[in-house]
Amino acid sequence: MIPGFPDALASSPFDNLPQCQSIEAKRPENHFEVKFEFEFSANWSSRTSIRSAMVEITIRKRPRTDTVTTQLLRERYLRDDVPCGIDGCSACILPIPSSSASATVPIPLHDSSTHAHAHYPQGHILLPDTNVFLHQMDLLESPLFTPPILLLQTVLEEVRHRSLPLYSRLLALVKSGSEDDEKRVWVFYNEFRTETAVIREEGESPNDRNDRSIRKGVAWYNTHIAQTHPPMRAQKNPKIPVVVLLTNDAENRRHAEAEGITCDSVRTYVEGTKNANQLLDLLSAAGEDHFIEPTRASARATLYSDYLPQASLIAGVKAGDLHQGHFNANPYNYLEGNVPVPAFTKPVLLIGRENMNRAVQGDVVVVEVFDEKEWKAPGDAVVEQASTQRNDDPDESEEEDNDDTAFTEKREQSTLERESAHAKPLPEKQPTGRIVGVIKRTWRAYVCHIDRTSLASGATTSLSLQTVFAQPVSRALPRIRLRTRQAPTLLGQKILVSIDRWDVGSRYPEGHFVRALGVAESKEAEQESLLLEYEVPYRPFGKAILECLPKEGEQWVVPPKNTVLPEWRDREDLRGLTICSIDPPGCQDIDDALHARQLPNGNIEAGVHIADVSHFVLPDNPMDSEAASRGTTVYLVDKRIDMLPSLLGTNLCSLRPHVERLAFSVIWELSPEAEIVNVRFMKSVIASKAAFTYEEAQVRKDDPHQQDELTQSIRLLNSLARKLKAGRMEAGALNLASPEVKIHLDSSESSDPIDVEQKELRETNSLVEEFMLLANISVARKIQETFPQTAVLRRHLPPPRTNFEKLQDILKKRKGMTLDVSSSGALAASLDKCIDSNEPAFNTLVRIMATRCMLSAEYFCSGSVGRDTFGHYGLASPIYTHFTSPIRRYADVLAHRQLAAAINYTPLHASLHSKSVVERVLGVVNRRHRMAQMAGRASVEFYVGLALKARGQRAGREVEVREEAFVIRTFRNGLGVLGLEGLVMFKRETKFDAENYTITIPVPKGKGKAADVTISVFDKVTVRISVEKDKNTQRGTVKMTLVAPVDSTGL
Amino acid sequence: MPSRIEVLNDGGYRSDGRRQHELRDITLDLSVRGQADGSAMISQGLTQVLVTVFGPREAKNRSQTIHNRANVNVEVNIAAFSSGERRKRSKNDKRILEFAAAIKATFEPVIQVLQQDGGLLSASINATTLALITAGISLFDYVCAVSAGVHAMHPLLDLSTLEENDVPYLTVAVMPRTGKVTLVTLETRLHADRFQEIFRLACEAGEVVHKEMRRAVMVRTGALVHALEIGIPAGGAIKRDVDDDDEMRID
Repeated sequence: MIPGFPDALASSPFDNLPQCQSIEAKRPENHFEVKFEFEFSANWSSRTSIRSAMVEITIRKRPRTDTVTTQLLRERYLRDDVPCGIDGCSACILPIPSSSASATVPIPLHDSSTHAHAHYPQGHILLPDTNVFLHQMDLLESPLFTPPILLLQTVLEEVRHRSLPLYSRLLALVKSGSEDDEKRVWVFYNEFRTETAVIREEGESPNDRNDRSIRKGVAWYNTHIAQTHPPMRAQKNPKIPVVVLLTNDAENRRHAEAEGITCDSVRTYVEGTKNANQLLDLLSAAGEDHFIEPTRASARATLYSDYLPQASLIAGVKAGDLHQGHFNANPYNYLEGNVPVPAFTKPVLLIGRENMNRAVQGDVVVVEVFDEKEWKAPGDAVVEQASTQRNDDPDESEEEDNDDTAFTEKREQSTLERESAHAKPLPEKQPTGRIVGVIKRTWRAYVCHIDRTSLASGATTSLSLQTVFAQPVSRALPRIRLRTRQAPTLLGQKILVSIDRWDVGSRYPEGHFVRALGVAESKEAEQESLLLEYEVPYRPFGKAILECLPKEGEQWVVPPKNTVLPEWRDREDLRGLTICSIDPPGCQDIDDALHARQLPNGNIEAGVHIADVSHFVLPDNPMDSEAASRGTTVYLVDKRIDMLPSLLGTNLCSLRPHVERLAFSVIWELSPEAEIVNVRFMKSVIASKAAFTYEEAQVRKDDPHQQDELTQSIRLLNSLARKLKAGRMEAGALNLASPEVKIHLDSSESSDPIDVEQKELRETNSLVEEFMLLANISVARKIQETFPQTAVLRRHLPPPRTNFEKLQDILKKRKGMTLDVSSSGALAASLDKCIDSNEPAFNTLVRIMATRCMLSAEYFCSGSVGRDTFGHYGLASPIYTHFTSPIRRYADVLAHRQLAAAINYTPLHASLHSKSVVERVLGVVNRRHRMAQMAGRASVEFYVGLALKARGQRAGREVEVREEAFVIRTFRNGLGVLGLEGLVMFKRETKFDAENYTITIPVPKGKGKAADVTISVFDKVTVRISVEKDKNTQRGTVKMTLVAPVDSTGL
Repeated sequence: MPSRIEVLNDGGYRSDGRRQHELRDITLDLSVRGQADGSAMISQGLTQVLVTVFGPREAKNRSQTIHNRANVNVEVNIAAFSSGERRKRSKNDKRILEFAAAIKATFEPVIQVLQQDGGLLSASINATTLALITAGISLFDYVCAVSAGVHAMHPLLDLSTLEENDVPYLTVAVMPRTGKVTLVTLETRLHADRFQEIFRLACEAGEVVHKEMRRAVMVRTGALVHALEIGIPAGGAIKRDVDDDDEMRID
């Protein structure tokens, strides 16, 4: 026999095996009793001991053919040197914990005598199985849950295959353990240790094999601890901690008990801990079916249809019968959602609860599209969940035919019918369908309020377990059913709730409480909930990250000039140039500075100097990875969540005036007509002469008495910027508008907003912008030329024509204007023509609406898309990147590294040579960028609400706040307005003309001359704004009512 | 999307339980096969290669005869059942011809690949060296080959197929005594900065392999001498000796 061919192959019994059956054969002992030693470098000094190797063969059969087509043969080397990770073990070599070591060295587990548990007085260590990690991650992550945890490799791998998000959370948990922290997780590579490795037996399912492997691990640990912790003489009763298997699988527990292994279910274990009350709430409902009473709802008639099996979903999508896409809930109408799919130009519409079939915002779903006859247009009314379902009982159990439930159903039904009655044969019919399956859930923890009405009456103080509704802050999410003992204390607080499951018999998803964020409307709670809602990582920087900062800390300075020093190598000394920075007031992270001077040959030298972040943030260290995962700095109204530690962002990198700083400079020689004659890129040392705000710079420029060098430089820059801008506009750049407001804060401490105003733009804003654009474009060209495969670029795709259809139609019908969208230039030209002589703000309004029709710009890797799609539509530039704000955007850091390599300053780091790595990093950055924008906007919205409230109460009494606004959208029962953006709702019937975008409001006869008032899109109205607190959810919402042309109070 | 296999996990283990710098276990078998003048079989993990040397002998036709040096013919057969995917390769397969050329450039003979799981070229070169030695052909030195790759920033030695699919790697053949490198092949893209580190590591690993090969040759020679002394027909005795794994254990 040839060694390497186990006998199993020769006597092949595989023909009878089902598909994908895997067989593991252990080689005869004598073949593999091999000890192989290979000692190598000093940093790998522990003695190797590989005991034996096992071979696993997987035979895969191709369906429909009998021949064995694929064999997978894998070796596994078993060893004796896998450390057990328990402090004080006499047999295993444990890594020595030391504070100086890098964060990657794991810390051994302590004897858990401090974590007294009622069931295990002698101390214990937990060893949870895979399902515990999959379902109860919130429990394990809780700071109140402190026992030491052993994580088996088998479990880790299984979690990895089942869910990547949970896997990364688990890894974060493993790495979070520190010296002083009680809570630690040790990863034990049981599959590589001789005693604990397990081979799958014939006929055993992979799950059973893993369970057996976990049990074997527990058994080994218990004997191992007993052997390696010999009783000391002084101690009478040696305290030997017991390793407890934590599993919710009753079957597994029975097996374990039969083998004499201590085991516990999560619930019974938690009940024995000190903080049982708080921790019990964290338990997820999922994965507990085995022993909790079956959900009572399951006895009821099913409300939803079952999902199709995964295999038929995939087959259906492949065959084109079904379509796959992300589910988007309609925030205005909770009974409606849509799924954009590639097969149709318009997204597939889903109407009604049954057709949305338990999908939650963001899930990857599979839809079946109905016959074209049944296609419908999206509803044009606003349907609020809270009002329709007010009477729903969270405890859907009392009666089979709950009156309230039936009532809700009827209400919903009538809403839908009314809807369809209104749906005239409209041209905008959309493909309509229903969800038949979910490929992937994207559930996370959501910020919610407890719905006051769902609390059992009279139980507002009791600590008994009750089921309540949690209303997510985001309008796109359904209410979540929650079982909690803390309901009364949680009322009026913002809480984090995560969804566990959504059964066919349950109207609402079920979830569990994660933690409380604080009192609703308090700034801290609102801020944190905002960050959570937009998934902004806001934890303080860890120790490993802070260790990457320069050791001198605040004292770091550019050393005296000496070309031998790394700081000065290949750097140009530009300290003599008259450089200044222009930023918004109060800016601390100054990442750009400018200069310009006349050259003797009549040309002008202009320079942009960007903070040299890549000098401090080296590739692939903890600080770099953290910055990559944060992607961008997030600006909230009263808080900034930094991408880089503030020592760098606001001090060492920030190009403050009067200090020497390292910079990355782009210096052009420009002709007086602002054409580029020559461009140079260099690392430099600069000393900024002044830091201006836009206003200061503007004043200085306009003041004819100022004739110093700095002012001259600003004037020179300004004249160039105007020419650059003119050139850009000629090329077809868009001048877009977005409603930006500025919040005035009372003082830095109280951060009470006192007023809101629209942002003002000055000439100097445009000056800075033009030069940043120029620098970005020049850099983009250079790095694309040098690294055609992996250059980090930014693009803005031209929007598909269909996006503009509605706006074009409205403009044509209401104002008789046309919008040419054939190119960005044509659009810019026709936007310029959209002027209403009576209404100066009309043009801005159209620009805002046009902006909303466009796609958003994105970062991309130059090798991954076609050369013809590089263009930036909005800027009308064939190529673009971000280079000018490396302190607050990670893409800029990458561009810096690539440019540094392009000018041969440093070799390019390996990761930036790999297309896949760049793509992955940019994917994250794109997402973070989007989220940061939304978080910023939401923060402004919150403060606008506060400011309005403040304005209303300033005089000490309630004052009406009135604002002018424009109608941008008409609904059957409401208007969308923009000024301050909001929604005006009418309770009474109105006449709605969807085709002409008008709504006619009947005016009650009693009030003078009775005439119906017609309001259409683009009309200017006056609205009364008030902040109203929702009684149930404690959510402060801006409520708008019409004042002119008609008072809508009571309508 | 990360690949399904973690090449190197956080605990510093590779997918098969080895650490970064550990080689797979090597079994060397120098018994004579058939009518060959010399042969060697090497098992490196699951890669198994049989090399037989025929010759030295006269060239088949005169045109091939070169007077001042030897002419080397290399023939490579890869068994259809050797890899995960059952696949018959023709003799004129480009890949095999290239492979043969690589060995020819190093030296020669008939190679039968029985099983492959990464490091095919290095195993073949090692086996060829041994086969030439058993054929009694005088050599300057052992030629010892090892493959080495890099995952992220971490160098790995002796890759399995799984790892070869995921990471860039090179095969280096060294002559340990003279310190010369006779072959470096690199088919994937590897960052220039990483090359030096890996290359040096592979050269050092080559010496470890050399030790194993030397030991195997000593054992076989010892057995031959022993057989001569007691006058047992060499073939039989050696065969038994070599098949006994205790003798061949690499310790």
